[in-house]
This record gives sequence, structure tokens and C-alpha cells, in this order.
Amino acid sequence: MSFWEFTVDASYFVAAVLFIIGLKRMGSPKTAKSGIKWAGIGMALATVVTLWHPAMEAGFFRYVLMILAIVIGGAGAWYTGKKVEMTGMPQMVALYNGMGGGAAAAIALIEMYSGRAFEHGTTVLILAVLGALIGGVSFSGSLIAWAKLEGKMSKTIRLPAQQMINGGAALVIVLLGLWILMSAGSAPVLVTIFFALCLVFGVLLTNPIGGADMPVVISMYNAFTGLAVAFEGFVLGNAAMIIAGTVVGAAGTLLTLLMANGMNRSISNVLFAGFGVDDGAEADGPEGEMKSVEAFDAAASFAYSDSLIIVPGYGLAVAQAQHKLWEFVQMLEKEHDVDVKFAIHPVAGRMPGHMNVLLAEAGVPYDKIFDLEEINAEFPNADAALVIGANDVVNPAARTDESSPIYGMPILDVDKAREVYVVKRGKGTGFSGVQNALFFGDNTRMVFGDAKQVCTDLANGLKQL
Amino acid sequence: MITGFVALYIFMLAAFTGYEIIGRVPAILHTPLMSGSNFVHGIVLVGAMVALGHADGFWETLIGFIGVILAAGNAVGGYVVTERMLEMFKSSKD
Repeated sequence: MSFWEFTVDASYFVAAVLFIIGLKRMGSPKTAKSGIKWAGIGMALATVVTLWHPAMEAGFFRYVLMILAIVIGGAGAWYTGKKVEMTGMPQMVALYNGMGGGAAAAIALIEMYSGRAFEHGTTVLILAVLGALIGGVSFSGSLIAWAKLEGKMSKTIRLPAQQMINGGAALVIVLLGLWILMSAGSAPVLVTIFFALCLVFGVLLTNPIGGADMPVVISMYNAFTGLAVAFEGFVLGNAAMIIAGTVVGAAGTLLTLLMANGMNRSISNVLFAGFGVDDGAEADGPEGEMKSVEAFDAAASFAYSDSLIIVPGYGLAVAQAQHKLWEFVQMLEKEHDVDVKFAIHPVAGRMPGHMNVLLAEAGVPYDKIFDLEEINAEFPNADAALVIGANDVVNPAARTDESSPIYGMPILDVDKAREVYVVKRGKGTGFSGVQNALFFGDNTRMVFGDAKQVCTDLANGLKQL
Repeated sequence: MITGFVALYIFMLAAFTGYEIIGRVPAILHTPLMSGSNFVHGIVLVGAMVALGHADGFWETLIGFIGVILAAGNAVGGYVVTERMLEMFKSSKD
């Protein structure tokens, strides 16, 4: 073993250890910030030593290309990553993830075009083909997910007999893949057609899925990219890629399941059922009148409560009202001695934990923020609950009405609080299209208006008391 | 080359590690963790560099070049957004 072979292998080992320690540290709010730095050191180390990788038969020109590509990709991502708003985080993660999938597929293509993937036995070839498939689907699928969340593709196009077409495409891809496995040497035309179909399949698979389900899909593609990276790591004999890719593949799969569970859906239901796209059906709503009050009255009621639980939803973030809300909460705590807690539903926001990030951005400390399991028992003892920009996640029909499309979804038991205030822009329904019985409850008062304006009015209301 | 059962052992242990890491994490950190794991598979950059390094001819070189751009975007972008998100987490005692 030459000096550089040893150095590269040793550095990859250290990088793999740093990745695992980094991810572990990211699992607790106290150590999370240092976690990403540890992983970052690992990445920098692995990247730099790779310039001396023994398998690199690169001349001067190749090194120039390599550095140039790193600078282009790195600078572009640095700029966009620094610029993006916190509400836009999910689609940015989708975009970077798709790039990783594309890179894994590019490795597979080079190894197959050059014939190297055919020289090391069937296992290597199978993994190369699988890596191209999964990486390619993750690449095109993530781009579609990004475009949808970014609002560049507002219409969800559904082909007639979508499942048949998808199934047909999948079958052809499998057959072509088998054909590649049986060819004796490099088969460039076949590989090209195969890869092009993989890209098309990613589009077909992602396109019919509604925007509300996209986070689950992004998380799934994150796991896909991890797997593709692990497979290509095997093809290249690179242990760092195998370990890092597999860890992400497993972690991403679990995260995807947790997300789907939070919405009370199975993965296949998300992928194939197409819920979350409005189908125009008007659901029978609960009967009764909504009782509306002014923000000032709500503020007065909160000021004389002992305890308040706030349920923020994505509508709060869309209105950019989280800063105003936190201002109001601080006044309540300091001047009126109210015990305020935030309750977050697992699917609030656009990804699990997204709402926490948005609240953290406004400066809300994480020990004031509670999960569904932690807080649900406290609603019956709470003097007041304030729902801002959330709808389906507080709909009691999920507990009681078996005919409701959201029946069985775990919800926050807001309706059990003594008084409930709901801030809402209009009388419309949530993304499920289901009318919310909570809004008609005897103890519920509606405050209609833009979330940011209402939060400002609430704060002003407090000052007038 | 890493072959046969050694590779299988690596797969199995790494998969358990990934599962354990996510399994005990509070939901508030799920988004940063998804982003963080997105960063970690940016290690594909080292593979893309090697692939470009031994690519032959115009097309392979072009694909390798694009691959390195994409991989660098994954690694750098993943790092930047994860760090930005985690920067915001504060306890009320800080």
C-alpha cells in the first residue's frame, strides 16, 4: 500500500466517523450546531485528499476541470443556500438532494460507458444499474418536487390511466436493466435509453402528487439518493460512500415513515392515491354559525388567562407573522404573567419540524415548544387556546367522524380548552377540503384577518388594556 | 475492492446506525436532520471526482464534469442550509 493509498483510506475512515458523530449530535437541540460542523470537517477532509486518490489517472487538464466544477457547483449552492427564505427550505433541500442523486447517476453512467462496471462481476454491475435507476429517479423527481413547491408548476397534471402508464414504464425499465446485466461488455446505446427512461419515470411518479404531500416525497428521495450513493460507493470500492450513503438511506427511510404516520397515511397511499389535490368535491360541513370577535377582545381574554396554548400552522409562516406573534407572547408573559406554550402538530409546516424552525427564526426558545404527545393532555386544563393558520390538524372530526377523509389522523385536542380563538383569513376549508367542526364549537371564537395583521392588533390590544 | 460479505456487513451496520440515529430524535429536529442527512450524502462528491479523474473521451468527461458540479452543489448547499437552520435553535436559558 502506497503512502497516498493509505492516507486516502485513513481519511475516508475518519470522515465516516465524523459523519456519524455529526448526525448523532444533530439529534439533540443542545449539540446540533456542533454536529453539522463535525460532519462538515469530515466532508472537507475527504474532498481534499481525493485529489491524491490513486485511481485518479488525471492529467493537468482534468484537475483544472475538477476544481472548476467544484467552484461552479459550490459557489452556486452557497449563494442560493444563503439567500433562501426559511419558508422555502423544503424545496431547497429537494433541489440539493436531486443534485446528489444526479451525481450518483453520473458516476454510474461513466462506469458503465467505460466498461469498468462490467469487469468486476455481477454484483458490481447490478449495483451500478440500480444506482443509475435510483439516482436518476431521485434527480428528476426532486426537480419536479422543487418546481411544485416553488410554485413554478402550479398545475398538477394527471394523465388518464396514470397508474397503467407508470406501471408500464417501470416494467420497461426493469427489462432494459436486465438486458444491460446480460450484455457481455459496455452497451452505450442501451445504457443511454435506460437512463433516459429512469429520468422520465421520476417525472411520471412525482407529477401527480399534490403539493401538500411533497415533503414526504422529498424525504423519500433523500433516502433514495443515500442508497444510490451507497451503491455507487460499492462500484468504486469507496467505503466512505458506502457508509455515509447507507446511513442516510436508513435514516431517510425512517424519517419518511414518521412523516407519513403523522399524516395517517401509508407511503403507497401518498404515492398513488393523489390525495391533497382538490377534486372539487364539496364535503358536507357541520351545521351552525361561526362566532366572530375582534382581535382586541381576544387580547383582553388572553391577558386575564393563566395559561394559553398556541397552535401555529403554515398559514402563520406564509403571512410572515411569527415575529409579531412572539412579540405579543413576550408581552403576555412579562406584563400579564400568562403561561404560554406552543403546540406543534407533526405535519405542521411543510416538513416535520419545519414549524419549529420557523418559530426558532422568530426567537421562540425550543423549550416552549411541545409535540402533540407532550401537550395533548394539557388542553383540558388550559384557559385558552389560540389557533393561527392551522386547520385540519385541529379538526375534531378526525376523532369522531368515521366518514371524514381525515378520520384517524392524530390531532391536537384544541376543542377541549376552555376558550378557543381561531385566526383565519376567510371561511374556506383546509387542504383536505373538509369543513372544520371546531370553528362552529360553542367555546370557539373566530378572528378573521391576515395572520400578521391580527398579531399586530393583538399586541396593540394588550397595550390599550 | 470491498467484496462479498464484508460489503454486506458494512451495509447492515451502517443501516442500523442510520436507523438508531433518527429513531430517538425529537420531532423539532426532523427538518434540520433531513437537511443534515442530505448534506452527508454529498460525500458522492469524492466519487464524482474519481469518476471524472478516470473518465475517457469527450462524453464521459462531460458527464463527469456535470457530476462534480451537481455533487459539489449537494455538499455545499446541504451544509449551508443545515447550518442556517440550526443557528436558530436557542433555549430560553441562553
